[in-house]
Amino acid sequence: MSKKITNTKTDKELIIEILLRLADDRLIHGHRLSEWTGHGPELEEDLALANVALDMIGHAAALYRYAAVIEGNPDEDYYAYFRDDIDFKNVAMVELPKGDFAYTITRQFLFSVYSYFLYEKLIETVENEQFNGMLQKHFKEIKYHLRHSREWVLRLGDGTKESHERIQNAFDEIWMYTGELFSMDETEHTAIEKNLFVDVSELKAPWLEFVKETLEEATLSLPDDDQYMFTGSRQGRHTEHLGHLLAQMQFLRRSYPDADWK
Amino acid sequence: MKTNQEWPLWEVFYQPGNGKPFEHAGSVHAPDAEMALQNARDTYARRNEGIAIWVVPSDQITASTPEDVGPFFDPANDKAYRHPQFYSVPRAVKKRK
Repeated sequence: MSKKITNTKTDKELIIEILLRLADDRLIHGHRLSEWTGHGPELEEDLALANVALDMIGHAAALYRYAAVIEGNPDEDYYAYFRDDIDFKNVAMVELPKGDFAYTITRQFLFSVYSYFLYEKLIETVENEQFNGMLQKHFKEIKYHLRHSREWVLRLGDGTKESHERIQNAFDEIWMYTGELFSMDETEHTAIEKNLFVDVSELKAPWLEFVKETLEEATLSLPDDDQYMFTGSRQGRHTEHLGHLLAQMQFLRRSYPDADWK
Repeated sequence: MKTNQEWPLWEVFYQPGNGKPFEHAGSVHAPDAEMALQNARDTYARRNEGIAIWVVPSDQITASTPEDVGPFFDPANDKAYRHPQFYSVPRAVKKRK
């Protein structure tokens, strides 16, 4: 049985959907990184992880704010606190539990390489000035996230026997969640026609090349790319982990909707 | 027995602006120079403090000791002519400041 998928999204709905996809990736990843606060392997690394978490949550907040303006929604926090897991459009990779330090660094690295190539291409493509301005601002921070995580991949890979094993395991475990980064759906194809998004499938080759070079330098082996890949998160079909994350992240705001900082 | 597994200490200097001298910010622990630079950035440059950072291994710094205070700094006290305030500055130079 085949069903013709037709995209009936208006231009407004389309840009909101694109903004939310980008923002959800960054909010959920930022939240996972924030779980390290107070638990970092060294004081300095604790600060570094918290900084990156803040950067990513900042990127998400800016994207949500713009989506809220377009939607005519007075409260951008709504997107973070009052949607359920099926409404979140982040890739599964970012919702996986933080694991050990090697696991967190591996995820950060794989996602940062992807973000680097994605933002580079988006900045060339997106005609909407406000959207493009945000991308340019965030791109600088993405370059730092990439540098920080890449340096750690090199040190853990080419470090002790234990650090090598741990980070190799992390790459092997996370790899099945990388396929989603480069898969395209109807929304994205339509967004490309409106110069609001880019063909992410084209980012796979430069991403793989960059990852491969880093892994070689780190004396690590590239996981088998021809393996089962997790899919569906962009359409709201998440792993079990997102629900637990949201329960913690949204609890206070939902239980005390009027709470404020005063 | 637990050995000391702390990373080496690095002194951090930052430059507040173009042409400004570097100032000491504090110190960080890091396994090597690149990570020291990144840790310095994350610890001391989060609020737009400067435009450049130096990191220097703390054990590479040679410091004067408290006993050096006399021989090092006392001679300056009775040679007021070393300070430039006795020279009148031409008006044209003042203006250019």
